[in-house]
Amino acid sequence: MSETSNAAEIRHVPFRGGGFAPSPRRWVGFAVFVVLIALAEIGTQTGFITPLTLPKPSDVLKTFGELYSSGLLWKHLSVSLSRLVVGAALGASAGIAVGVMIGLFSYVRAGLLPLVAALFPIPKIALLPLFVIWFGIDEGSKYALIAFGTFTPTVVATYGAVDNVDRNLIRMGQSFNLSWMSIVRKIVLPGAMPGILSGLRISLAIAIILLVAAEMLGAEYGIGAYILEAGSLYDLERLFVGVAILSILGVTLSACIGMIERRLLRWRV
Amino acid sequence: MDIRLSAVSHHYDQTEVLRDISLEIPSGKIVCIVGPSGCGKSTLLRLIGGLEQPSAGEILQIGSPPADCLNPLTYIFQDFALLPWRTVRGNISLVLEDHGIHGQAAGDIINDVLARTKLSDFADALPKQLSGGMKQRVAIARALAVNPAVMLMDEPLSALDSQTRELLMDDLVNLWSRTPFTAVYVTHNLAEAVRLGHSIMVMSRRPGEIREIVHLDTPLHQRGLGDAEMEEKQKYLWHLMREEARAADAELVHV
Ligand SMILES: Nc1ncnc2c1ncn2[C@@H]1O[C@H](COP(=O)(O)OP(=O)(O)OP(=O)(O)O)[C@@H](O)[C@H]1O
Ligand SMILES: [Mg+2]
Repeated sequence: MSETSNAAEIRHVPFRGGGFAPSPRRWVGFAVFVVLIALAEIGTQTGFITPLTLPKPSDVLKTFGELYSSGLLWKHLSVSLSRLVVGAALGASAGIAVGVMIGLFSYVRAGLLPLVAALFPIPKIALLPLFVIWFGIDEGSKYALIAFGTFTPTVVATYGAVDNVDRNLIRMGQSFNLSWMSIVRKIVLPGAMPGILSGLRISLAIAIILLVAAEMLGAEYGIGAYILEAGSLYDLERLFVGVAILSILGVTLSACIGMIERRLLRWRV
Repeated sequence: MDIRLSAVSHHYDQTEVLRDISLEIPSGKIVCIVGPSGCGKSTLLRLIGGLEQPSAGEILQIGSPPADCLNPLTYIFQDFALLPWRTVRGNISLVLEDHGIHGQAAGDIINDVLARTKLSDFADALPKQLSGGMKQRVAIARALAVNPAVMLMDEPLSALDSQTRELLMDDLVNLWSRTPFTAVYVTHNLAEAVRLGHSIMVMSRRPGEIREIVHLDTPLHQRGLGDAEMEEKQKYLWHLMREEARAADAELVHV
């Protein structure tokens, strides 16, 4: 270029692009689990980790096998799953409905946003005794706790997502004389779907946390009851079996949402 | 159906945007609106289509739209405004569904407008798979599907490269020659205006007033690239706009 630098140096233009675009690497997550469990097993076998600190993974697996063969696994799991499904479905659908209303109507927004902000930070577990009085010690209070816990984060995620829908698309709908209902159903809801689904990931994780809390009172069966019983007896193997079941549940739910996302959000770039 | 604007003025809060605009939009003609940036062209178009209400003055429809017209005043937007989650076909059926047109009847209309905009092969593509020019053709197809009495176009080609723009202008001329439609066409581009306009309304800088209305008598399909008369008109338009554009530019600097 300049006449003074006559030493003609030839190099490749350095590559500076790439990154910032996570692509699926399924086996990596699995490998992390395997390595961690293997380390725990080696540590406990060699005595580096005392049995009081951490149970042997192989013992935990054996306890899990016993739970399975005794038929109790299914009993605990079915009770818990039905509580989770009913509670989360109630909370999430109410949350989406309220979130959309907050996103669309000025008065609803002005009236409910402060209320939602006031409800959000309340530890829902603290309200369990209240729910027991209101809805009874049986399933009612458990559904209510899980529903209430999923409701607030879903509301916040949904109205944020509705706010983010491209206003030009709504203008377009109006300019073609679409009815209000059609605009909401065909433009606002699909446009808000990415935000709603990522909010749902958080809400469902909270639902699992609250499941255990809900089963603290008046539950004979359920993963939460199983964990609490094991915890009070300091039976670490059973405690870890319960915790592992919850984790698997979380991974499964997250994978389900991932599947729904891939199906519903195929249009995204 | 004609449109008549009589003494339309508009302001946002303290800013006066449009002042005393009176204009006839005769049916079957294309009226182009040119003017410096920020003079209120998009605002005027929103007023004509009933998306906003003017602060003063009236906008009238004279005569009723044809019976088969589903949406008399139909926009074509600069940013296409296609739903990214619907296919080309789905985007067009969106505007038919609300008029109770489904199934076979909708399919016939969609196939017809896709054929007219040369998009038949892309009926099942998603918008993200299309180029800018194709997206705008989808938007044109969607507008044609509702059989508009008046098409309102806000810089429909300005997001596109100049070759695509040239091709789409030819497409518009062909569409018009086959079945003349009424249109209000807002643009920055004087070449587009002299190519497509039967009359061209030149606006002053904000507050936008009518500076002059220029009429072009050459039929649309005879206006070729580099036509002497077109060049002449374009020069004249530029002469009209030049001072306004310069002043508008200087104004923005001092804001
Ligand atoms: N919703 C609004 N609220 C307040 N001011 C607005 C609004 N819309 C437009 N304006 C103002 O009105 C003026 C005219 O805007 P408009 O978009 O109509 O101009 P335009 O002629 O289309 O410009 P361009 O050529 O850049 O598209 C601008 O000064 C803009 O700031
Ligand atoms: Mg504009």
